[in-house]
Amino acid sequence: MHEIYKKIRNNPNFLNLVRLRNKISWGLTVIIISCYFTFITIIAFAPNIFSQKIFHDSVITLGIIIGLLIILLSIFLTGVYVYIANKKLDKMNQKVIKQVTKN
Amino acid sequence: MTLRILSVLLAINSLNVHANDHLSVSSENINMPAVIMFIVFISITLGITYWAAKKTRSASDFYTAGGSIGGLQNGLAIAGDYMSAASFLGISGLVFASGFDGLIYSIGFLVGWPVILFLLAERLRNLGKYTFTDAVSFRLQALPIRSLAACGTLAVVILYLIAQMVGAGKLIQILFGLDYSIAVSIVGVLMICYVTFGGMLATTWVQTIKAVLLLFGATFLALAVLYKFEFSFNMLFAEATKNHHLGEAIMSPGGLISDPISAISLGLALMFGTAGLPHILMRFFTVKDAKQARSSVFFATSFIGYFYILTFVIGFGAIVMLSNNPSFMNEAGNILGGNNMAAVHLSKAVGGDIFLGFISAVAFATILAVVSGLTLAGASAISHDLYASLLCHDKVQEKNEVMVSRISTIMLGIAAILLGIIFEQQNVAYMVGLAFAIAASVNFPILFFSMYWSRLTTRGAFIGGAAGLFTAIFCVLLGPIVWVDILGNTEAIFPYKYPALFSMSIAFITIIIISYLDKSTQAKKEAAAFDDQFVRAQTGLGAEGAVTH
Repeated sequence: MHEIYKKIRNNPNFLNLVRLRNKISWGLTVIIISCYFTFITIIAFAPNIFSQKIFHDSVITLGIIIGLLIILLSIFLTGVYVYIANKKLDKMNQKVIKQVTKN
Repeated sequence: MTLRILSVLLAINSLNVHANDHLSVSSENINMPAVIMFIVFISITLGITYWAAKKTRSASDFYTAGGSIGGLQNGLAIAGDYMSAASFLGISGLVFASGFDGLIYSIGFLVGWPVILFLLAERLRNLGKYTFTDAVSFRLQALPIRSLAACGTLAVVILYLIAQMVGAGKLIQILFGLDYSIAVSIVGVLMICYVTFGGMLATTWVQTIKAVLLLFGATFLALAVLYKFEFSFNMLFAEATKNHHLGEAIMSPGGLISDPISAISLGLALMFGTAGLPHILMRFFTVKDAKQARSSVFFATSFIGYFYILTFVIGFGAIVMLSNNPSFMNEAGNILGGNNMAAVHLSKAVGGDIFLGFISAVAFATILAVVSGLTLAGASAISHDLYASLLCHDKVQEKNEVMVSRISTIMLGIAAILLGIIFEQQNVAYMVGLAFAIAASVNFPILFFSMYWSRLTTRGAFIGGAAGLFTAIFCVLLGPIVWVDILGNTEAIFPYKYPALFSMSIAFITIIIISYLDKSTQAKKEAAAFDDQFVRAQTGLGAEGAVTH
């Protein structure tokens, strides 16, 4: 196994895969973490921002809308990741494994 | 078995003299729909356990259902493992009591999931076998790492179990009029049956069925609420602000989180604690490959997120429909049985006794599913991490390992029953918080660093993880809840309720410093082994195969 792993490590397609996967997974991680901690920080430091009413004639506040959006965003981002991984990353991965195990 | 439980249930119900006057379900009239649905659930799950027991032979069957679970079902099972009665009743109760603040918790419980998917799930599946510890000890020394991770696992499992058992006992006492210790014992015995005989396969099915029931019940409740308001959120919220004693304040952040340190600390614990819960991480080994692991997180996140939106609607519905209804409130203006009963009362208000029975049975199923997952994770830490890997250096016969696992399950079950009874009168709310803090400060950092940082050494992981563990425990012991509220001291030595900000920082910093200082030859070997680990984590080549039968 060690030899195969070594070959894969030097395979340029593998390096591309790793680079792309890192970009996607860290990018999405930064998005969700920053949204969540912005939300928490606003609640801690400036809760009044979230008390604003945003519709005429309605008691619904900005905080409730943002809260629901974060829930939807979490679902959406996991969907995005799964979609990209299924469509793109898995294929790149298969290609690398095929190349290396063939030779 | 079923008949015996039925007769016990009936006997206890008719003889019950402990029923407190504030109990919602009057003890003279047993809620027959609840009892019937509960018995149906138990019969089905025990039937499944019998079927699963015949299929559970090898260690891989016992720990991971042979890796045979599909992505969708695993997603449901994860949701079933994660959505405890505390999230269902607790969060809808919190929304009922203070509106917006309930949303802060729901979001915290949800946002850990994307992080698990982006950073951990696939790599974990590619590196591990039965427990997350397998992945961590891939290149680190088994003895110290497995002992530490087993401590982290058992600490989380036991704290979580106590909180669930006490909650279960009280809930069942109210819902079915059963005596507290009997209720706790029934939960314990059923959980022992599921896990001991049916292993992961039975546990998975219990969790799947429970998730479907819970999602269905919560959907019905929320739709019933929305139907009453012509599907207008505007009207629902407007009515709620008119009926709640806090008025429009329920639409804004309230007093739940006041100072920034607590806010960030709680946020860290919820987000990264989720990513370190052993019973959740274990579920990623029940699928055949990284692809299935990935899709199971997507399904789980969707179900859990959807469910939290429902609890928000349910909580607001309860404000409108229960607040001024004398059959659900006592003279002091508080809801019967406490805020956590909001969803249960609401089910009666919208669907009568039958739906109340259904929701009660769902609440019971919810508890069973969560405690089964916890017990299986705890038993695996004992049999796989401590017994097989440490005592027997992996030279153990599979049969013996499974045997040890089953014995551990029974011991953990008995311990859970006893602890549940001992802690009946104690405040256990802090225990889930502490469990999340420990998961975030021990399990998550060692798992994260082992995958992402080649310089991590055994020494660094061990000392850093242990530092995180002790910091979390001491901060809670010396903090406002235990030191002041429970032990009766006047001032807390550690001033914050949530320790995660401190315990996680200490764990991370200690791990980094000790690993850097570690110049041993072992450390060099471990760093060199990172490359192979990295390729396997990325490609899945060499990962534990799916089918061994």
